[in-house]
Amino acid sequence: MMASSYNAKEEDGHHSGAPAHGGAAAAAAKSKKPDNTAFKQQRLPAWQPILTAGTVLPAFFVIGLIFIPIGIGLFVTSNNIREFEIDYTGVDVDSPCYSCARNFSWNNTAPCLCSVDFTLEQPFESNVFMYYGLSNFYQNHRRYVKSRDDSQLYGDRSALTNPSKECEPYRMSDGQAIAPCGAIANSLFNDTLELYHIDSNGTRNTIPLVKKGIAWWTDKHVKFRNPGGNNNLTAAFRGTSKPVNWRKPVYDLDPSDPDNNGFINEDFIVWMRTAALPTFRKLYRIIQKKAVTTPTLPSGRYVLNISYNYPVLSFDGRKRMILSTISWMGGKNPFLGIAYITVGSICFFLGVVLLIIHHKYDTRNNSADIPN
Amino acid sequence: MTWRSPLAVVRDALSGQRAREKDLRNLVSNLPYEGLDRAKQPNRYFPGNAIKTTKYTVLLFIPMNLFEQFHRLANIYFVGLAILNFVPVVNAFQPEVALIPICVILSLTALKDAWEDFRRYQSDRKLNNTPCFIYSRREKQFMERRWKDVRVGDFVKVVCNEIVPADLLLLHTSDPASVCHIETANLDGETNLKQRRVVPSLCISDPELEPESFNSIVVCEKPDDNLNHFKCYVEKPDKEKVGAGIESLLLRGCTVRNTDHAVGFVVYAGHETKSMLNNHGPRYKRSKLERRLNTDVIFCVILLFVMCLVGAVGHFVWLQSLPSVPPYLVPHSAGLLDSPGLSGFYMFFTLIILLQVLIPISLYVSIELVKIGQIFFITNDIDLYDEETDSSMQCKALNITEDLGQIEYIFSDKTGTLTENKMVFRRCSIMGTEYPHKENAIRLTVLDEHESEEEVIFNQRPLPPRAGWTLDPEDTNPERKQHQPGSQRKSKVSGNAQRDAAFSSPLETEVIPDRKLLQQISGAECGGWQIDPYLDFFLALAICNTVVVSMATAQRQRVNWLSHSSQRNTPLDTLSNLVKRAGSFRHIFTSWQHTPKQSRTLSEDSVIEEDHFNPPVKTEGAGDTNGLQTCSLQTPSQCDKPAATSNKLSYEAESPDEAALVYAAKAYGFTLLARTHDSVTVRLPSGQDLEFEVLDTLAFDSNRKRMSILVRHPITRECVLYTKGADYAIMELLGTPYAEHFSGSQKNIASDTQHHLDCYAKEGLRTLCITKKVVCDEAYESWSVNRQRALAAMENREELIMETAVQLETNLSLLGATGVEDRLQESVPDTIVALREAGIQVWVLTGDKPETAVNIGYACRLLEEEDLVINMSCNNKRTCTSILDCTLEEVRRYNEDPRNVDTTPDISLVIDGRTLTMALASDLQDRFVDLAKRCRSVLCCRVTPLQKSWVVKVVREKLKVMTLAVGDGANDVNMIQAADIGIGISGQEGMQAVMASDFAISHFKHLKRLLLVHGHWCHTRLANMIIYFFYKNVAYVNLLFWYQFFCGFSGTAMIDYWLMIFFNLFFTSVPPIMFGIMDKDVSAEMLMGVPELYRTGQGAGEYTFSTFWVSILDAFYQSLVCFFVPYLAYQDSDIDVFTFGTPLNTISLFTILLHLSIEIKAWTLVHWVIMLGSVALYFIVTLAYSAICVTCNPPSNPYWILQSQMADPMFYLICIITTVVALLPRYMFHVLRNSISPSPLMQARHLDRLVPSSRDQWIKEWRTFRGGGHVKRSGLSTPTSPTLDTPVDIYPQSPTASDIT
Repeated sequence: MMASSYNAKEEDGHHSGAPAHGGAAAAAAKSKKPDNTAFKQQRLPAWQPILTAGTVLPAFFVIGLIFIPIGIGLFVTSNNIREFEIDYTGVDVDSPCYSCARNFSWNNTAPCLCSVDFTLEQPFESNVFMYYGLSNFYQNHRRYVKSRDDSQLYGDRSALTNPSKECEPYRMSDGQAIAPCGAIANSLFNDTLELYHIDSNGTRNTIPLVKKGIAWWTDKHVKFRNPGGNNNLTAAFRGTSKPVNWRKPVYDLDPSDPDNNGFINEDFIVWMRTAALPTFRKLYRIIQKKAVTTPTLPSGRYVLNISYNYPVLSFDGRKRMILSTISWMGGKNPFLGIAYITVGSICFFLGVVLLIIHHKYDTRNNSADIPN
Repeated sequence: MTWRSPLAVVRDALSGQRAREKDLRNLVSNLPYEGLDRAKQPNRYFPGNAIKTTKYTVLLFIPMNLFEQFHRLANIYFVGLAILNFVPVVNAFQPEVALIPICVILSLTALKDAWEDFRRYQSDRKLNNTPCFIYSRREKQFMERRWKDVRVGDFVKVVCNEIVPADLLLLHTSDPASVCHIETANLDGETNLKQRRVVPSLCISDPELEPESFNSIVVCEKPDDNLNHFKCYVEKPDKEKVGAGIESLLLRGCTVRNTDHAVGFVVYAGHETKSMLNNHGPRYKRSKLERRLNTDVIFCVILLFVMCLVGAVGHFVWLQSLPSVPPYLVPHSAGLLDSPGLSGFYMFFTLIILLQVLIPISLYVSIELVKIGQIFFITNDIDLYDEETDSSMQCKALNITEDLGQIEYIFSDKTGTLTENKMVFRRCSIMGTEYPHKENAIRLTVLDEHESEEEVIFNQRPLPPRAGWTLDPEDTNPERKQHQPGSQRKSKVSGNAQRDAAFSSPLETEVIPDRKLLQQISGAECGGWQIDPYLDFFLALAICNTVVVSMATAQRQRVNWLSHSSQRNTPLDTLSNLVKRAGSFRHIFTSWQHTPKQSRTLSEDSVIEEDHFNPPVKTEGAGDTNGLQTCSLQTPSQCDKPAATSNKLSYEAESPDEAALVYAAKAYGFTLLARTHDSVTVRLPSGQDLEFEVLDTLAFDSNRKRMSILVRHPITRECVLYTKGADYAIMELLGTPYAEHFSGSQKNIASDTQHHLDCYAKEGLRTLCITKKVVCDEAYESWSVNRQRALAAMENREELIMETAVQLETNLSLLGATGVEDRLQESVPDTIVALREAGIQVWVLTGDKPETAVNIGYACRLLEEEDLVINMSCNNKRTCTSILDCTLEEVRRYNEDPRNVDTTPDISLVIDGRTLTMALASDLQDRFVDLAKRCRSVLCCRVTPLQKSWVVKVVREKLKVMTLAVGDGANDVNMIQAADIGIGISGQEGMQAVMASDFAISHFKHLKRLLLVHGHWCHTRLANMIIYFFYKNVAYVNLLFWYQFFCGFSGTAMIDYWLMIFFNLFFTSVPPIMFGIMDKDVSAEMLMGVPELYRTGQGAGEYTFSTFWVSILDAFYQSLVCFFVPYLAYQDSDIDVFTFGTPLNTISLFTILLHLSIEIKAWTLVHWVIMLGSVALYFIVTLAYSAICVTCNPPSNPYWILQSQMADPMFYLICIITTVVALLPRYMFHVLRNSISPSPLMQARHLDRLVPSSRDQWIKEWRTFRGGGHVKRSGLSTPTSPTLDTPVDIYPQSPTASDIT
């Protein structure tokens, strides 16, 4: 500290000699005079907005005018979305899945089957997305969220046999690494849902459910990979063990389609994307529109066949099946439309209030008498 | 280097330690040992001259810096959190990730430290490699070496203008008188030259010193840091001891001046030198805002604990409510789950980690950065730059800039602070006769009115007498003209470059003699030596001081002068020469006075006076009677040469009064030619040089308030004591009036002089009394013995010395008194008025007499004519109490009287030092402070430095206000340190005040801009920045908190942790810092024009309890909106954790930045770049991160999340509405407040937008409306008597001797 100031003084000493030699210019160059620049003198040209009723008025009206139409549009879009939801948890004694819900154990080998009838009042015109919904399932619990090994799922061979510690206690089973490890995979939703339309004749027509294309493209093609490619998964997963709660190993998730088996099974991928909120839905199947003229799901009676594997009563959970069409804004949610309309109206109202205020007070601002 | 056993090394180290610790050191010359290896060197134990001020070494930088940084509590907190994160049961993130913030902060600080250290290293290296001359035995001469090569025991030669490399014991100088002049500006800032003498009786008369023949031992003390103390003795081979002290020591860092070369023996080198031992670090002060900030940080800690507690309890309740173990509860590796209670307990800590950002650790770093920026702008303000001294504003305390915006009380010194402390001799009174020096006064007025053209006038005015006096104008004029540009330029840069001259302005150095007095002198001069008080008076002026005659500006210039000297007489000298020949040249003199030229005609007085101006008839006759060659007309050639030499003299005075008096004496022909330790040479008007032997000098001290010099008169051989001092310190020491046995006229000189003194004081002049005393030889001898004993005493030396001084200073004979004007600095009245309008109470604390002080008070508009001035001056406690009570009662009544609401004149208080002591006694303190609080301004006279600081402390503590003390001298140091902010004015009185201060300015007027503009800006900027910082952290962290309600209080973060860190470190950190450095609510012109705006910062200022909590509440509201709007929009959808977090993060960014843009008052290009840059950075970094990171950051899977979100229109719709809803209330609040009841600042901003001309019009109108635009009082010449209409006016008419004791 001192040394530097000392030094500065020393320079003084040097240039004190300068003028004597007639080098006044040198001394002037070394002057400590601050630069007279706009930046250093804090005189940069500046835009100085002043928020007063008069200046912000237009903004409020503009916001109001933009928000209200958007809100209406959103609201209408949301209302046009067909959505049907049915709870098949089996809490009530008279519900079809009651017994399945009661007599549950992860170790049951035989699936418990039940079926729920329902009626669609209105036809679903476009593609229908079939979701399963879980309530009170805290997929976002901190320790649960962490309990996975992304490297393993990425097809990393070393991680396959030696998964991350984060997977504990679902990391090793009987000395073998669990694939896929961790609590998320272990708790994979394993109910199977089948949907039948009962036509006017009373015959049950199976509705074709597409099980591919339900996961994010990037997940399916980038984040999740089978170790050693998609051929001969059994060999690839040799030396690993299935998650404790699973009935079958990961390479048997969809034996029919090698492109949907192992880690890249789309049901698995969807499950692994942990839900943000305790009540959530996850895409299960897509019902594709067959023809332009006929609705995808005509109104009428339907049967949902459930192989009831997944216990939710231990945490007061609910299971639902949701059928929904989809718009550009996603699923049915009137909230955003209402919010836009409300906020737009409030802004408009505030605009009017400000207009009044402006007329009442604005003259004073210009008179510039500073009270004090 | 040869191998040595470890034992020997240890032994050597131990003996080295012993050698260094010993109280006395024996040093011998290194020369006989030159070339031998280190172990044989006698002085090897003492450190070399290489210095190292760096704190760190390259290798040990990291551990040492970390150790240093962990002294900060905040860092320990952060590390504690990071460690906590390594505990598996409570960790919130991956442990390594939690280290990032602390690492970033630590490494930023380390970088800063490393840079500073590197700068120190560079300057060390530069110093260490500075060349110097060391004697080498091998070469038999002084060889150029580096500073770092200097060792204790070396002989070092320093040449003129060179800096002394180490502490040297002076052995030889080129000066015939064996003195060496040094300038200690680098050490204590004092620019006057000091003399150092060669060690007595070591004086080697040879022209060159032979270092090899030096075979004595130098015994000196252990080094200490006292710059004014040094003791050593030199033991010659014959065992003779010669003592030497500080007067023979050249200190490292001093500059040698006026001495061709000097040779010294190195006694201390490197870190043991006195300058290095004096090298302390910068001061650390904590600002008021920071103190408040710390309490709010504690609030944040409480808030954090409450939130964590809510989380912990929530987690417990949530776990309790679960009917059985759900699949999403992950047991520990053992497969067991913790009990809900234990989980809740752990969760508390997890949440502390998760929500840690709530405690704004980065705030401290940001504040530091902001302050660096603010200081950068303050120091670069061109309006605070002083052209004359080439000095800009200095900030010494780096962390109290914002306190400048909250000042409520200013305590100012008078001399040198309000006034220029450039003394101008105005009047004198000799033997009871007043000499008004009207011509001089007129000259000053002329100069005053053309202050800006000062130099022009100076250069023009002297010409006419030249023209009128036909000595040899043809010769001189061309030379002059040729020389003028040079000299003019020199005086311009003199402040910085030519530190040699105490005064560069002609204003102070020139005095036009009073004609009547001149006549007296020339009469007296020939009258005889013993009895003329006039001669004595001027001799006393010339001798009785500590002024050092600097032979010249520098050695180099000496050559020039010799060639120019004969032509370069200043008119003044010519004038005095002329006057010496007064009789015959009278007509010339008068013709000069009447020369119409460019100066104004003289007032009628002077014309009338002319009648009294009788030619000195007796001059010649009387001159010869004494056998002196006086009063005779000399031929021009004879007189020219000495006059020329004297002209080159420049005087170095410790106090400007002394210089003023010496210049005054010079004007009358009594020129101080030289001063050495034991002699003073004065040239008499006759041209004769008198050399007085100085027997002793009794230096000035603040207790005696006087100084004396004891000389032996060269003609009469009498011992004469000349004393000068404050009138009250002198008057009581007077013996029989000198006049009585002089002229027979029995008038009482003392009372006449006292009368004049009072008049002077009323005019605002500083007064000094001059006395003489003839000491008979026997008395001197006996006193001298005492004196020597006192000087030799080891204990109580100071007291004894003072006692001897007092012994001698009795029975003085009054010669006369002088009145010296201390002119007000430029625009002091304006500044004081502005400060007062800004709501600041200005107190002036001065050592002057009440009359002088009151007068200055009126002149600088501290007091106004319509003020109610209360004078408090009393002799005992009882009256003091009653006066205080009465006054207080009166003032209260005045204030409470409803009739006086509008008409009450402002109340001012004038109090003197003695009364102040009583009033500040603990029982009266409260009453006094209460009274002072009600007064608009307070003037304390005759206060001691200690009282000054006492007043400051009492006001500061009793009223709990922000105080600022401003001063320029050593007597203000106490006060400067006692106040919240100390401001030093780098003026005439050295640098002690500046050294002790937090900010240093060069003029009092700069205070206005410093406080009103920079103070206001710094305060509002920092306050708003801090509030915003708190808001930002709370708003962001609360998003995480609200999420806890939806994840079972499990401590999940829905935002990728990297992005969270980046959010605070990069995306939102620069805008607030920029806001804190650059925001400008009101323009500088407006702030200067309307000082009332300053009031907004006083008291709590912008940063109050309510603003803090309002912004916290706003943060809560905004975070609620930012969380729940997306929550409701994504409710019951298939959104996943981190996809949900992405819009939240984005919304937060927009909300936080837009919130800031509502707060930003002025958008410059920098603002736009940084704000838009922050948004762009967010998107670029997040997009890149989400594109690259597939499996890199395990719990979160940022891969392609933002991309997919940005492809979704919902994302934008949600972002827009959330931001609007979140900011609507604050926006609306601002709009309504600005529209319905705009604050003064807001109105000022409205005015700011007008074009400058109409704005100035507004300001002017507004000010006249306020009554602020009084007609400016015209200087000191028309003092108005204070309106003393209070019942309590017990003002001492004039302090008499009895009054003072």
